[in-house]
Amino acid sequence: MASTFQAVVIGVSTGGLQALQKLLGQLPADFPLPILIVQHVRPDAGSSLAKLLDERCALRVKEADEQDEILPGTVYIAPPNYHLLVERAGFLSLSADPYVSFARPSIDVLFESAAEVFGPDLIGVVLTGANFDGSRGLQAIKQQGGTAIVQDPADAEARQMPQAAIAATAATGVDYVVALDGMAALLQKLAPRRATLPHITRGRNA
Amino acid sequence: MKSGDVEDVEIRLLLEGVQEIYGYDFRDYADASIKRRLTHWLAESEFDTFSQAQSRLLRERSVFESLLRGITVNVTEMFRDPAFFRAVREQVVPFLKTYPFVKIWHAGCATGEEAYSMAILLNEEGMAGRYRMYATDINEAVLQKAAEGVMPITEMQRFTRNYQKSGGSVSFADYYTARYDRAILSAALKKDIVFAPHNLAVDGEFGEMNMVLCRNVMIYFKPPLKERCLQLFDSSLLAGGFLCLGLKESLEKKQIGARYEELAAPLRIYRKHYG
Repeated sequence: MASTFQAVVIGVSTGGLQALQKLLGQLPADFPLPILIVQHVRPDAGSSLAKLLDERCALRVKEADEQDEILPGTVYIAPPNYHLLVERAGFLSLSADPYVSFARPSIDVLFESAAEVFGPDLIGVVLTGANFDGSRGLQAIKQQGGTAIVQDPADAEARQMPQAAIAATAATGVDYVVALDGMAALLQKLAPRRATLPHITRGRNA
Repeated sequence: MKSGDVEDVEIRLLLEGVQEIYGYDFRDYADASIKRRLTHWLAESEFDTFSQAQSRLLRERSVFESLLRGITVNVTEMFRDPAFFRAVREQVVPFLKTYPFVKIWHAGCATGEEAYSMAILLNEEGMAGRYRMYATDINEAVLQKAAEGVMPITEMQRFTRNYQKSGGSVSFADYYTARYDRAILSAALKKDIVFAPHNLAVDGEFGEMNMVLCRNVMIYFKPPLKERCLQLFDSSLLAGGFLCLGLKESLEKKQIGARYEELAAPLRIYRKHYG
């Protein structure tokens, strides 16, 4: 059966810079899905993360702006001190609402809003981190029929976040637990062959 | 049909009803954020579903007011984005000081943290008594809190750090009195601020402003409401006046953008052209 995935969401905390460089660095410029990322950063971290990753990856990487259209083969990084959300109409939005799971941007906020919009056509990825953000979000993705990938805790610089994500999704089970090295290949295998604009089928208020 | 889809229908019906009966149109708010806030309100309420809430919401004003408080509350902190406040101090205040008296509109002031930050900054720069700040919000409950000027003492450490990073030079503790778990802001900060209700979706402009601040409020709005706000700010501002937006908001591709230049990129401080 042809892949119907429309987007990848990634949550990462401690050790994120190295992990993201490795994962994104192994994806080709024609990777067909949009990738939305929350990396925990300090509120005054500035936009340097997106710039650095953009220089080192074949894919286009940018810091997410409000009302950015979600385009295939583009990586969007949540800005410091804002939550990143997916709107029904296939656009991104930002919020300055209180911390969720002790974080802003919060992985849970991104994952939950993406799960609502993309339903089963979403891949959620939880990488290294020393907290519990992303667990509830990954659960939401599984409840909507999406696919969950977690970095093998033994392979992660900080294992709490992957471990918590695996435990939280115990009812449905995580679909893949893999080392960082195998993750780019896995994403390419799951992704559709050609880029298609995210087609938001479930929202009616669009 | 999934339960999530049913909830979307419920929310749509509820917002339609609220608009017809109370005149507040939250369909102009960005879907993802408003849904998060509504869901949060529902979880804290006595109702299990939005359909169940609807009947009383549409009949009892007090239930509606609790919803209104829940979904329009914005949070902020004193001297949020210290680099922004530093730029105001160093690059905007010198212009403001050339006027005998300046008027400032702080739209969407929530519980007043940023309005009080601005008052501290202006007073330190020698402008005490030479400005009036109109701090407005749609949510009258938060305005009442703002006017009281009382903050949780636990926040003061963070606010003090922000203040210092923003170029503040005196002891931040001089601006409040600690009383149990609360910090009561000094009366000198309050006397030039007028707190007043204002709904950006329906109410009109504030005339002849030298400065308009509206930070991280429009990010919750859909594009047409955003555009309305910007028109409102533009017609409120005098030529040479300053428009300050949140760090992730810009005038790029906006209708009024051509009449402004960005003074301190990327801090979103814009100055309106003369003529």
